[in-house]
Amino acid sequence: MTAIAWPAIVAVGVGTFLLRASFLYLYERIDLPPRGERALELVPAAVLSALVAPSLLAPEGTVAVVGNDRLLAGVAALAVAWTTENIFATLVVGFGVLVGLQYLL
Amino acid sequence: MLGAAPFGLVAGAAAVEADLTVAQALGLSTVVFAGASQLAAIDLLGRDAPLLVVVGTALVINARLVMYSASIAPYFRRLSRARKALVAYLLTDQAYALSVTRFRREGASVWYYFGAAVPLWIVFVAATAVGAAGGTQLPPSLPLDFAVPLVFLAVLTPAVTDDASVTAAVVGGGVAVAGASLPLNLGLLGGALAGVTAGLLVDEAGDDSGGSGKSDGRDGGETA
Repeated sequence: MTAIAWPAIVAVGVGTFLLRASFLYLYERIDLPPRGERALELVPAAVLSALVAPSLLAPEGTVAVVGNDRLLAGVAALAVAWTTENIFATLVVGFGVLVGLQYLL
Repeated sequence: MLGAAPFGLVAGAAAVEADLTVAQALGLSTVVFAGASQLAAIDLLGRDAPLLVVVGTALVINARLVMYSASIAPYFRRLSRARKALVAYLLTDQAYALSVTRFRREGASVWYYFGAAVPLWIVFVAATAVGAAGGTQLPPSLPLDFAVPLVFLAVLTPAVTDDASVTAAVVGGGVAVAGASLPLNLGLLGGALAGVTAGLLVDEAGDDSGGSGKSDGRDGGETA
């Protein structure tokens, strides 16, 4: 019933590889203007925030502030990340607060 | 790694539930190796969607990878073609996140990148096999999936260094939250593009008023 499964897997795989490879190969061939370089520098801040913000502010798909354990844990983890810039400490505090809140409430 | 395991289990179990074979489940995780797009493709395959819809949907979800490719390209421009291909194949949200902030501070290291990306691949593919073979029930007690945003958070803060990057983070996060319920991961893509654009605008405004846009303001606390 899923006769197109293998063609789909191969096509998605090839397409996804081309997306990933795109600028790794193109970068040296194109002359990026300074604005383009600056845009690339801003990608990490924009992308990482766009990755993390919904999982804290809208963990179920809609924005939730009241009773949102993940938001509280995330704020605590952000404070640790900001002061220590240490991934492990951020993980420990974020997890600790989230698990603590879930057991308390 | 903590994030790759549950994601792989889900990708494997979902594939088998949608009547894909174990080989196809593993094919997805090795050939495609991009969890969110795999889950969408599996869902559509299970509902007998046309090939073009399956492929188009998955590729739109993966469009964000172009941004990662562009963002790390300057660090890897001297790499051989073969190594670039391997870097590309292994490029994921987490491999990108773990590498880019580090590269910015300490310079590029392809071995650091592989050191982050290869274990993610191994865990993801192995977890897919477990999920597909057993249809294993996930242990719901520990919120292990929370590790992923926490890691992103930890690597986000060093990336926020000036007014423009604070703006990029605030706008990127805000738009992504506003679009959280959109299909196809469009909230993420739109948030990232809006964030970069806003950051560039702040840069330009700063240049117009005498180039004072590079203060070391680290006050973007609401980015989360």
